[in-house]
Amino acid sequence: MSEFDWTVFGRNLPWLWAGMQLTLLLTVLAVIGGIAVGVLLALGRLSTWKALSLASKIYVDTFRSIPLVLAVFWFYFLVPVITGHPVGPFYSVLIAFVFFEGAYFSEIVRAGIQGVRRAQMSAALATGLTHLQALRFVVMPQAIRNMYPVLVTRSIIIFQDTSLAFVVGLTDFLTAANIVAIREGRPTEIYCFVAVVYFVICSAAEFGVNQSKKVTR
Amino acid sequence: MITLQGVNKWFGPLQVLADCNAAIDQGEVVVICGPSGSGKSTLIKCINGLEEFQKGQIIVNEQSIKSPKTNIYRLRSKVGMVFQNFELYPHLTCIENITLAPLKVLKRSRDESMARAKKLLQQVGLSAHGEKYPSQLSGGQQQRVAIARSLAMDPLVMLFDEPTSALDPEMINEVLDVMVDLARSGMTMVVVTHEMGFAQSVGTRVLFMDQGRIVEDRKCPEFFTDPRSDRAKAFLSKIVKH
Repeated sequence: MSEFDWTVFGRNLPWLWAGMQLTLLLTVLAVIGGIAVGVLLALGRLSTWKALSLASKIYVDTFRSIPLVLAVFWFYFLVPVITGHPVGPFYSVLIAFVFFEGAYFSEIVRAGIQGVRRAQMSAALATGLTHLQALRFVVMPQAIRNMYPVLVTRSIIIFQDTSLAFVVGLTDFLTAANIVAIREGRPTEIYCFVAVVYFVICSAAEFGVNQSKKVTR
Repeated sequence: MITLQGVNKWFGPLQVLADCNAAIDQGEVVVICGPSGSGKSTLIKCINGLEEFQKGQIIVNEQSIKSPKTNIYRLRSKVGMVFQNFELYPHLTCIENITLAPLKVLKRSRDESMARAKKLLQQVGLSAHGEKYPSQLSGGQQQRVAIARSLAMDPLVMLFDEPTSALDPEMINEVLDVMVDLARSGMTMVVVTHEMGFAQSVGTRVLFMDQGRIVEDRKCPEFFTDPRSDRAKAFLSKIVKH
């Protein structure tokens, strides 16, 4: 084996950074969209309207029982058929992530809401607040506090899973690194570097959660 | 002010309220008592529509609770309720607990809501605690904040669901004192409680419940000196003994 070549990073930094930007963008949008879909699904699931509750349950169970790659393929080939024109790999992956992760987020949100004592809702309604106001001002703030650590954990998983974007030809951070490794003939250096980057970012997020847990007792 | 007409409620096959009839006038302090599981809490929660009932009618301030024409949210805003476990919002300070509904439901200004909240905290003896969170207060203090929260909506009637049952003995009186003051100020009150001392000092009437029925509906001193039903006699003898 040749010696560890440190210069390989400097030479390829712009290329790797472009990949990281795609990874971060995909993660942030997938998390925001996934939470939005998850909240709607959770509210549907907890609704007293049976049909809505059942529909949400079927949605969640379906997406939780298929692999993410399948969802990615599915939306890549399906979305153009439905919409009539191609949306490009980025949007099809993003849509797949949002719908897929929405199912997981909905279970987190549901647990968060159910962790709030039912009597809190009663107390809020008793003062004349509507259901929506009670949810917004009384139940959800407490639910978010309950589920915040799990939301961050799930977001970390999404950050790692965005590497699946390569299956439809997108160049995320890992894919970019892979290309560099092959081009430069320096797989050891590059894969070590990639591991360190993922490790640092994920541990930083985990550390942040633990710190904030301490602050909010 | 409140009329109950033939109220019946079932949980599945189990009947929890059976033909409950009663009329409560303005300014009355009605105490509902009876053995546990007799339907007291369920009945009081039907009055502001927190529990549904299958048969009968409840009319509050000339509006039927079940009528589709009734705006249940508007109606609830005029009916205060105090819960056994306080149910203050843990993520909000005491002042924020009190001002939430006036701000969002009555659309009062922030200044007006704050001024009123401070006055109410003073009334329940907690002026110094407005900026604290509920978890920083004792049970008795929390319950007094909960009473202030209900009063902030200027209710026509106040419902109390076992307000002192979850409290340590030494904190019961501080809550009862607030309730006695409220009763003497002329507030219409419906109180589910086992505190017979409270009933005897400010209660105008007692509804005694057993197995989902209102067994006795009596003027206050009479109920204690001359209970008619055997079940009420047995209940009173058990309570007074200790």
